[in-house]
Amino acid sequence: MALDNQKNREFKIVGTRPDRPDGLDKVTGRAKFGADAYATGMLHAAILRSPHAHAKIIRISTEKAEKLPGVKAIVTREDFSKKVTGENWNVLENVMAGDTALYDGHAIAAVAATSSLIARDALKLMEVEYEILPHVTDVDKAMGKSAPVIRAGASDKSVPEGLHPNVVRYHESGHGDLSAGFEAADLVIEDTFKTEATHQGYIEPHACLAQLGGDGKGELWCCTQGHFHVQKTCAALLDIETSALRVTASEIGGGFGGKTAIFIEPVALALSRKTNRPVKLVMNRSEVFRATGPTSSTSMDIKIGMKKDGTITAGSGVFRLQGGAFPGAPMEFTAMCAFAPYNLENVKQIGYDVLSNRPKQAAYRAPGSPMAAFAVESIIDELCNRLELDPIEVRLKNASREGTKASFGPKWDRIGLVECLEAAKQHPHYSAPLKKGQGRGVSSGFWFNHGGETAVTLALSEDGTAALSVGTPDIGGSRASMCQMAAEELGISYDKVRTTIADTATLGYNEVSHGSRVTYASGLATIKAARDAVKKLCARAAKKWNIDEEAVIWEDGFAKPSGPNAGDFEPIPLAKLTKSMGRTGGPIVGHFEATPEGAGVSFATHIVDAEVDQETGRAHVVRYTVVQDAGKAIHPSYVEGQYQGGAAQGIGWALNEEYIYGEDGRLQNTGFLDYRIPVASDLPMIDTVIIEVANPGHPYGVRGVGETSICPPLAAIANAVSNAAGVRLKELPMSPVRILEAIKNKT
Amino acid sequence: MEYHKPGSFEEATELANKNAGIIRFLAGGTDVLVQLRSDIITPDVLIDMKYINGVKDIIENDDEWQIGVAVSGAEMSEHEKLAQEWPGIIEAMDLIGSTQVQGRATLAGNLCNGSPAADSVPSLIAAAAQVSITGPKGVRKINVEDVPIGPGKTSLKKGEVLSAIHLPKRTNNQGDAYLRFIPRTEMDIAVVGCAVSLEIKNEIIIKARVSLGAVAPTALLLENAAEKIIGSKLENKALEHLAEEASKACNPINDKRGTIEFRTHVAGVLAKRTAKIAYDRARENK
Ligand SMILES: Cc1cc2nc3c(=O)[nH]c(=O)nc-3n(C[C@H](O)[C@H](O)[C@H](O)COP(=O)(O)OP(=O)(O)OC[C@H]3O[C@@H](n4cnc5c(N)ncnc54)[C@H](O)[C@@H]3O)c2cc1C
Repeated sequence: MALDNQKNREFKIVGTRPDRPDGLDKVTGRAKFGADAYATGMLHAAILRSPHAHAKIIRISTEKAEKLPGVKAIVTREDFSKKVTGENWNVLENVMAGDTALYDGHAIAAVAATSSLIARDALKLMEVEYEILPHVTDVDKAMGKSAPVIRAGASDKSVPEGLHPNVVRYHESGHGDLSAGFEAADLVIEDTFKTEATHQGYIEPHACLAQLGGDGKGELWCCTQGHFHVQKTCAALLDIETSALRVTASEIGGGFGGKTAIFIEPVALALSRKTNRPVKLVMNRSEVFRATGPTSSTSMDIKIGMKKDGTITAGSGVFRLQGGAFPGAPMEFTAMCAFAPYNLENVKQIGYDVLSNRPKQAAYRAPGSPMAAFAVESIIDELCNRLELDPIEVRLKNASREGTKASFGPKWDRIGLVECLEAAKQHPHYSAPLKKGQGRGVSSGFWFNHGGETAVTLALSEDGTAALSVGTPDIGGSRASMCQMAAEELGISYDKVRTTIADTATLGYNEVSHGSRVTYASGLATIKAARDAVKKLCARAAKKWNIDEEAVIWEDGFAKPSGPNAGDFEPIPLAKLTKSMGRTGGPIVGHFEATPEGAGVSFATHIVDAEVDQETGRAHVVRYTVVQDAGKAIHPSYVEGQYQGGAAQGIGWALNEEYIYGEDGRLQNTGFLDYRIPVASDLPMIDTVIIEVANPGHPYGVRGVGETSICPPLAAIANAVSNAAGVRLKELPMSPVRILEAIKNKT
Repeated sequence: MEYHKPGSFEEATELANKNAGIIRFLAGGTDVLVQLRSDIITPDVLIDMKYINGVKDIIENDDEWQIGVAVSGAEMSEHEKLAQEWPGIIEAMDLIGSTQVQGRATLAGNLCNGSPAADSVPSLIAAAAQVSITGPKGVRKINVEDVPIGPGKTSLKKGEVLSAIHLPKRTNNQGDAYLRFIPRTEMDIAVVGCAVSLEIKNEIIIKARVSLGAVAPTALLLENAAEKIIGSKLENKALEHLAEEASKACNPINDKRGTIEFRTHVAGVLAKRTAKIAYDRARENK
């Protein structure tokens, strides 16, 4: 599954920018999203949620609600499997509370009724008796001595003795001799940074339509980044067989990692099983904020030493992440990404996964990495300022390259960090003059990327067109890229390929669309499946010509004899071979199933100019440039879209987005009014530069691009804002209140 | 829930007076419907004001403008003469929501919803606007600053409805302006709002009204602050005194949108910036 050795291959379709195949459906409203499904006899469901951050559930009285005309069934934890263990148990505990409400918004019970208004009214008739327990939502406080224990015995073996039981996992990595490294430095800076939790903010709330019969067979339609994962998890939570549940992924209105988790589907299935009717469940925005996964919030201590010439002598970081009332905060990613752009002799990172009374964190583009970059790159910027060094030169001097040892252990394969930094340095943005009141910031960022279980099928039709089935929901235009890769291999035009996100009954298991894996893994599988089909096409031609299969080659959509020795035959086009395929051996279908492991890592460097109103503390990003290694851009517009999207979400995260908890532990901003994602007028045009350093693990050299783009923004924006404000900002978001306070405290 | 479509203010008054429970009047519905959908307030009786004669009219009389209680923000912005005379009120109204919200939101609704952060209210107070109130005992006229009495509360009594908004006619040498502070560029709620309306003679300010929003339980009319700029040409010293008075008048809360300290400080900053715009407008408005 390595990079093709096809010297001087000229791509015909890959690298062009055709219209996306789902575009027309989306702009005409024909595309069906999660809430667009209806079934005859369908009921509507609603979920009762805890108003408390932490409380024992003493009693749930449903009698009054059950008597409301139109109410058909109510489910509680009793209606789910008692056998689940491990992470499935955590998912179930989050989907429907057991004996304790663990956060504001935790699901307690659910109702199905003949209308959604009746279902909502029924919630008001349910009475829950709670015994309120002490709560904690701040990561540092949750580790403190007096913090309430959220779940006793939840810690795994990695946790050293003597830590609070809320610390459930521990990570340590690095190499070298820190004290010698700091000793060798001319300047050492040490500081603490904090970031608040942010939500992925996808525009489409979670929605599903479920049917589950008494025979244990079911159908589920839902908006998800991974329907095979939904199938497997729901089957476990409802104690049915995996293959008995067929799951179809709807079009998806954004996910960014947040729709790799499961919240409502098992509830709808349980209600359907109880009522023997289809059940539709749609979250409202407030439920999305309160009960689906935001990121972790963090608290981080960083120490870095530098010589006068810019050489980094040592770096260390302690990363404390709370991920809600469940284990799984991605602290090891935070730790491992923190110093990844730097070739360090002495480096150490420690991570803590901490429980708190907040919703279970979920993935959000490069989970854990953006916060690490914020902390580390802020200190690098400060060191550059104080030593009067150019921030890009310093990053180049210390850059990770092929063959150097990564901060978390392995040796780097071919990577494109230096190319990104060089391109950033040469970009006109980097030398453009700044206006008064403006500051510039740069940052690098890193993400691993991922391969994962993948299966695709490519069926040729009689008329010479191709139907490609993939199992990875399209969250960023991937159907266009798949069509391009299949068309490139088959030698037919882009619009002759249709890519479908197939349901769970059609393909082998596909891991969720995460880890920036889709264009890499499903793309690789598509290329291989197309080559499998091509092999079969060549065999048909060989049979016709009565020569060896090996003597037939495939070129530009034609089967041809491989050379003069093979014989002199008229090349046969694909459509001619498929037209007769019923008579020459039956349908021609290409397959590929594997777990590819060569996902190339990806680095990026961002340049940001920001302006700060010194009187009000309001910051505004005025210019933004993203430079990132894509390995090979299959569809450059969608690569650029990912770059711009990462920057846009980063601007929100850096400046205004945050989970705000009251003293009572309840979330105070459960809507887009006070959870401030950027509006269009908050953003500058975001310039993009695509670097292509081929990934050795993909036939065309593709690296995932969806996640790396959100790694540098927090840091690059913080550096720009700090340089504009004349004071270092150490806490996100850099809201006007925080910036003004920092400016006032400067002197 | 009952829904009524009265044809006159008298009928609306009667409906509001005789019905018990939670009563809401429906103008643009951009507050009422949002509150209903998010389970904040579920009214028992909805009285739609949009079918009363004249509620969609903007009337120019010799001595005043009369704005109907169902006139939307978009209709105000598109009224050239009104927009020219009261740019501050128009810019305040224009800040409310998005294009879609603008098509429905009204001055009356903004005022009667009782939010301390309502954008149009400081601009109306600075303009010395008044409102007509129709009730069981007939019609009375009061100043805008006397309508809100606390968050979500107005001085309107049972059975009373707002029946018109009155703006003075503009003479030369006058100007008004409204600025609000929000963390984003749009679609947000004022953390601080400030309106200034003033009149000059030979470049010297002879009359001024200053109003602040979102820094106290109701929008404030700052007479002391206004005095600091009356008699000045808005020199730096006058501006500093204005800022000081504006900050001093604040009685804000700490909440998710801003701290007491922040609001108090920014009120002063905005007062200066708003006064400058109003002053420049007055100078141009010869
Ligand atoms: C997306 C969005 C953004 C918004 N942005 C802003 C903003 O930036 N700034 C801002 O200030 N507001 C904002 N709002 C709030 C709202 O749009 C405004 O307050 C608007 O002016 C309300 O007017 P309306 O006609 O829609 O009022 P309605 O919702 O119809 O009524 C509001 C209140 O006024 C009462 N009422 C209406 N008419 C009368 C009457 N004649 N007599 C007595 N009482 C009456 C009603 O009973 C109700 O309590 C926003 C709302 C939304 C949905």
